[in-house]
Amino acid sequence: MLGNINSIETAGLLDGPGVRYVIFLQGCPLRCIYCHNPETWNIKENKLMTVSELMTNILKYKDYFGEKGGITVSGGEPLLQSAFVTELFKECKKNNIHTCLDTSGYQGKHEELLKYTDLVLLDIKGINDADEKYITSKVINNDFLDTCQRLNTKIWIRHVIMPGINDNEAHILKLKEKIKNIKNVEKIELLPYHSLANDKYKKLNIDYKLKDMKDMNLNRIKELEDLLKTKDA
Amino acid sequence: MFKGIKWKEEINVEDFILNNYHEYKGDESFLVGPSVKTNYVWTKSKELLEKELDKGILDVDTDNIAGINNYKPGYIDKDNEVIFGLQTDEPLKRIINPYGGIKMVYSALNAYGYKMNEDVSKKFEQYRKNHNDGVFDAYTNEIKKARKSGLITGLPDAYGRGRIIGDFRRVALYGIDFLIQQKKDDLKNLIDINEETIRLREEINEQIKALKETQDMALSYGFDISKPATNAKEATQWLYFAYLASVKESNGAAMSLGRTATFLDIYIEKDLENGLINEEEAQEIIDQFIIKLRLVRHLRTPDYNELFAGDPTWVTESLGGMIDEKRSLVTKSTYRYLNTLINLGPAPEPNMTVLWSVNLPENFKKYCSYISIKTDAIQYENDDLMRPMYGNDYAIACCVSAMTLGKQMQFFGARMNIAKALLYAINGGYDELTKELVIEGISKIESEYLEYDEVLKNYHLVLEKSAKTYVDAMNIIHYMHDKYAYERIEMALHDSNVKHLMAFGAAGLSVTADSLSAIKHSKVKTIRDENNLVIDYIIEGDYPKYGNDDDKVDLIAVDIVKKLSSELKKHKLYKNAYHTLSILTITSNIVYGKKNRLYSRREKSL
Repeated sequence: MLGNINSIETAGLLDGPGVRYVIFLQGCPLRCIYCHNPETWNIKENKLMTVSELMTNILKYKDYFGEKGGITVSGGEPLLQSAFVTELFKECKKNNIHTCLDTSGYQGKHEELLKYTDLVLLDIKGINDADEKYITSKVINNDFLDTCQRLNTKIWIRHVIMPGINDNEAHILKLKEKIKNIKNVEKIELLPYHSLANDKYKKLNIDYKLKDMKDMNLNRIKELEDLLKTKDA
Repeated sequence: MFKGIKWKEEINVEDFILNNYHEYKGDESFLVGPSVKTNYVWTKSKELLEKELDKGILDVDTDNIAGINNYKPGYIDKDNEVIFGLQTDEPLKRIINPYGGIKMVYSALNAYGYKMNEDVSKKFEQYRKNHNDGVFDAYTNEIKKARKSGLITGLPDAYGRGRIIGDFRRVALYGIDFLIQQKKDDLKNLIDINEETIRLREEINEQIKALKETQDMALSYGFDISKPATNAKEATQWLYFAYLASVKESNGAAMSLGRTATFLDIYIEKDLENGLINEEEAQEIIDQFIIKLRLVRHLRTPDYNELFAGDPTWVTESLGGMIDEKRSLVTKSTYRYLNTLINLGPAPEPNMTVLWSVNLPENFKKYCSYISIKTDAIQYENDDLMRPMYGNDYAIACCVSAMTLGKQMQFFGARMNIAKALLYAINGGYDELTKELVIEGISKIESEYLEYDEVLKNYHLVLEKSAKTYVDAMNIIHYMHDKYAYERIEMALHDSNVKHLMAFGAAGLSVTADSLSAIKHSKVKTIRDENNLVIDYIIEGDYPKYGNDDDKVDLIAVDIVKKLSSELKKHKLYKNAYHTLSILTITSNIVYGKKNRLYSRREKSL
């Protein structure tokens, strides 16, 4: 079975615990306004690799994973290639490698895949359908999350914060409300919007809605994270 | 007093350490800042270092010739110094050492506006042949051509070879008397006379003389090092005198220290336990020792310094490392050594090198990261890879080469420019810069577009022929270096039946791999001059590039290294040395690249 791969980051430190081999798959059904990997949108064939080719390479990096690290499959949207990712994760588990899936939870088969997934990085796009549609142009149903809950999959929640759009307390409180009902949440990460993708959009000749947006203030992120952490009165 | 039996019966520092050291798994909170005395000495030293930086060199002793006991005692600030001894009678005053080659001394002195004492230079030239002269009496035409064109380069044929690490701890642990007695015993067993034993008998007797000179030199500072050191300050002082003797006598490109922190920690722990010193005094001893190491200098030509972007001495100290999966050799003094980078500020020398293992204590790993982030002054080497080859008690010379302390020595092997070798494979052994024939018996490649198989076949032939030339050069160089510039004190601090490693090197691997990859995976068109020599290339299409974890090109690199290694091993080495091969990474590659007409990667690989 072949996976359609955009790129590989052999020592990722931001997508899951520890040092991680991050595979960015090609193709995404969503068009998030803040997306910083627009080069992964198109589902056309990019770099095709078999599970065994990929495993040969991953195993070379196993020493670097230590006790916490492992592999993360990101994208694009990995659920678009869930059969491939399932096979890959199966092989990783055989080799005692921690597996992490970075997803929006949109579409795609996932029941079998989640059996071999140690951790889901669940990107909550919006706090309600309207918000989600504004951000992604689609509405994401709860199927994926329901399966995670049924299988007791560990979850890290991620949510992108943009200055002037959703960096307000009302928004965060609603997010908090939404997350409250999700179990097995080990960590919540508010991801600060950054403008580093500007050049990518220019090169790809895609109109970037946020091209004039400033980077999110990191102190503000800290405040909002504190707000998320405070117990309800 | 100290535990263990074996080390008392024979020279065995490793056994002493394993029986007596205390592993430290805690954090850095016990560390203290510099003492008042240390601050005085270091402030004075810094003033001198600034002056030196302005002038290039602070001063040279042009009247005396390098030697263990050829200089009067020197001080920085005698009342505040805790560890004593300088290379000459004044700090940062450099030594002239014509044993490796007198031409280099003249050009260095000339560059800085000094002149050698005429009487000294006249006598030396009249009565003493040097290493450089010896080498050129023996060099073949092939070697001279390969040397001139830069195919083999950076050869230690005009100055001290370095890379030898004396086991300086032996002087502290045993005292000079015992070491001399051991050497005398070794001589008693060397009675089967042949060329090898004649040479060794002479060498050992030279070693004994050097040990005596070291003892006299220490005595000139008021210390009797004939007996073992009895406390931490003495152990550090004795050990430093041994190292100091070596940098008075020799001026090798790398004059490394070895692995001293855990050894000295045994004495420090004992003194702390007995209430003889407190933590401030323990740190003071180490700080002051490190100050001395920071002031070691050799007289070099300005272009030598340009090569390394500095004035390097490669006083490498190896820190940490493991004994097995559970026990590390990290002690409180390992921390104290790294703490000097805080107390005295960051510095490239001594070259603090952590022997890294996944199993090192977590606290120590964190401290290393902290110091690295703060100072950028730690070099890391992989203990898990080297320990199985070199045992528990090895150290790094310079930046890459490991050897078991006191048991192995290294013949510094410079490097072969394997990218240049590829150009010879294409141009039939002719140099595209000088248009001269450097390697005979290589057919020219005449086609407009390069064929991978044809180029590779020629390349293998070039490597075969160059490997022989390279080995010949190294054998001559080290034969002559032993004869005319033998490192008596460093070798005295080795076992008499020392194992020799000959450390060959290859530069330009990534460029070569990229070039061959381009020929294999895309089309490479040749541009020729009026002599029909290829002087430029046009690459049509893309190709896998080295450094991206792509086996299509990485395996080419592996094959080149294996081929070169096996070719080198076909040739017997001086003193029955073992072949080792380093792939040179960053240092000096750009400089050596200038010896090729085309060397920049990516834009143009060939």
